[in-house]
Amino acid sequence: MEFTRRNALAVGAGALVLAGLPIRGFAKGEEEIAAFTGGADLGEGGIELTAPEIAENGNTVPIEVSAEGATEIMVLAMGNPTPPVATFKFGKLAASQQASTRIRLAGTQEVVAIAKMADGSFAKASKTVKVTIGGCGG
Amino acid sequence: MISRRDFLQTSMAAASIYGASGFGNWSRLAAQQLLTQDRLLEFDTFGNVSLIHVTDIHAQLKPLYFREPEVNIGVGGNKGAVPHVTGADFRRLYGIDDGSPSAYALTCDDFAALGRAYGRVGGLDRVATVVNAIRADRPDALLLDGGDTWHGSYTCYQTEGQDMVNVMNALKPDAMTFHWEFTLGADRVAEIVEGLPFAALGQNIFDAEWDEPAELFPPYKFFERGGVKIAVIGQAFPYMPIANPGWMFPEYSFGIRDERMQEMVDEVRAEGAELVVCLSHNGFDVDKQMAGKVTGIDVILSGHTHDALPEPVLVGETIIIASGSNGKFVSRVDLDVRDGRMMGFRHKLIPIFSDVIASDAPMTALIDEQRAPYLDAMSEVIGRTAEDQTLYRRGNFNGTWDDLICDALLSEREAEIALSPGVRWGPSILPGQDITREDIWNVTSMTYPQAYRTGMTGEFLHVVLEDVADNLFNPDPYYQQGGDMVRTGGLGYRIDVTKPQGERITEMTLLKTGELIDPARTYQVAGWASVNEGTEGPPIWDVVEAHIAKQGTISLNPNTSVTVAGT
Repeated sequence: MEFTRRNALAVGAGALVLAGLPIRGFAKGEEEIAAFTGGADLGEGGIELTAPEIAENGNTVPIEVSAEGATEIMVLAMGNPTPPVATFKFGKLAASQQASTRIRLAGTQEVVAIAKMADGSFAKASKTVKVTIGGCGG
Repeated sequence: MISRRDFLQTSMAAASIYGASGFGNWSRLAAQQLLTQDRLLEFDTFGNVSLIHVTDIHAQLKPLYFREPEVNIGVGGNKGAVPHVTGADFRRLYGIDDGSPSAYALTCDDFAALGRAYGRVGGLDRVATVVNAIRADRPDALLLDGGDTWHGSYTCYQTEGQDMVNVMNALKPDAMTFHWEFTLGADRVAEIVEGLPFAALGQNIFDAEWDEPAELFPPYKFFERGGVKIAVIGQAFPYMPIANPGWMFPEYSFGIRDERMQEMVDEVRAEGAELVVCLSHNGFDVDKQMAGKVTGIDVILSGHTHDALPEPVLVGETIIIASGSNGKFVSRVDLDVRDGRMMGFRHKLIPIFSDVIASDAPMTALIDEQRAPYLDAMSEVIGRTAEDQTLYRRGNFNGTWDDLICDALLSEREAEIALSPGVRWGPSILPGQDITREDIWNVTSMTYPQAYRTGMTGEFLHVVLEDVADNLFNPDPYYQQGGDMVRTGGLGYRIDVTKPQGERITEMTLLKTGELIDPARTYQVAGWASVNEGTEGPPIWDVVEAHIAKQGTISLNPNTSVTVAGT
């Protein structure tokens, strides 16, 4: 059988329920995403993630997420030792489903935001943020 | 990507829609090889709006020599596209004859011989003559300065930019945006900007603490010219705190922020702008990408990467103008704006041949006044180039000026390996020419000049080279910072520009012994222009001056230490 990433997620999620323990062998962060979505499909669109292309200071990178109609937005820094950064929860009376914060990035990596919509669907956005040692610009 | 042929076809199509276009002047001028002021300035005034663009002057007040790059590699979607075309390919692309004035102005071949024939270029008193002539045609022409103006010379350093502020104020620009200006420090920038008689723009200049637009730098300004409501939106260099020492201006944050650029375009259009001009210091490839993402910009006046292009590049309905550096060129763009939209354009990249274009006497006097207090110190002759030795900087991997600077670092600082930043400013020196103190400062002047000496492991050196290479060769232009590769002395390497970061640099070799660099060994490395606070060492200009004085006549071995693959 061809073992696709999607299969891996589905199996992983099942295994999580059975064992009740985190599974080793996932790419870092995938585990938390699976736990957040319950292994559901991730749609594209409907969520916006704003982050700099190159971080001015990897220790404090400003990011912003917004997803109209979301009940929760999870933010992960996939290359950090501990990928989950934050999960923002929006109540029914929230005027907008938008949040901004600053995160610390261990190096160049993918920042991922996943929104849980009111209808139970999920949407994902991601952006590569480069952390450089700096140097010499023209 | 747009090929020359596509571009001409597009522009011909555009011409039939718009009614007129500016193509053809350049090659005619080149073919006729007429080099007179009238000929250089000849322009059939067109439409109802004129823009004058200068950028990346780098404080060069006086005429100079400036050799354009021989190596300028484009990657990803920009492989083989302008401005990544040089030498004979460039001449073929634009129909420029070998040995012609245009060949001298725009390409690198036969530079020394052509330099002797055609003389120096630039000089802000000549630029003033050109600006005045355009204003005689069109009194309300907009003069826009793309930045990197208050940096790059002995007098600019000594006066903390005041010489350039005084001279540029006399030229009366209408707006400006920024890059190296910030290396004067945030307080000095604020002091100057608060007194500027023109707009200091940057939609992407933010307050770092609150992540809000910085009050001192409005995003745009409206102008009424020729009955047209024009919005000029500023775009400062996006990566200042990364490419330059962020600790000198910790109050500010930058970034490309193209979403906000779109918001600003929408805002000015909603307020009735009929023409939207972006005065940008993004660098050419970044501007090209931005033009494809942001809709509604008519003209991008592009700066930072020092490209000089004799024709605009068209992306969608946006034209991008690149006007060179070091005062060598002025771009004139005439636009026909009717019924709230740009209907046509005519453009000319005017090379400032200093021996052909008369100097503007009041401006010469003003420039000389700025220089007078420093003239004795600046004009001291330190050495001389050999009869076959040109000194220049531009090129992706090395230039002879940087070879000389690396030699100076190796010998004066007693290091095994030297690193010199891949900046693109700094004039050239012809063979058999005196090298003055001013010439040395023209290629080294900056507010963080300390020539450090430190131990670096082979592994770390690899990380450094990979990091800088990715700033230059990342296939996504938004991740490029617009400088060239860090120059190395005593160290050779192979680079494959098509590989991802971490895999581009191989075969790092210590040239002295011919041995491969050992990742675990610590090497003594000398360099300058560190962005880290607290860097110690003598200023680089002292190091280079001491080396040149000892050498007397400068003659360098050809640099073959970098092998390039993937082009």
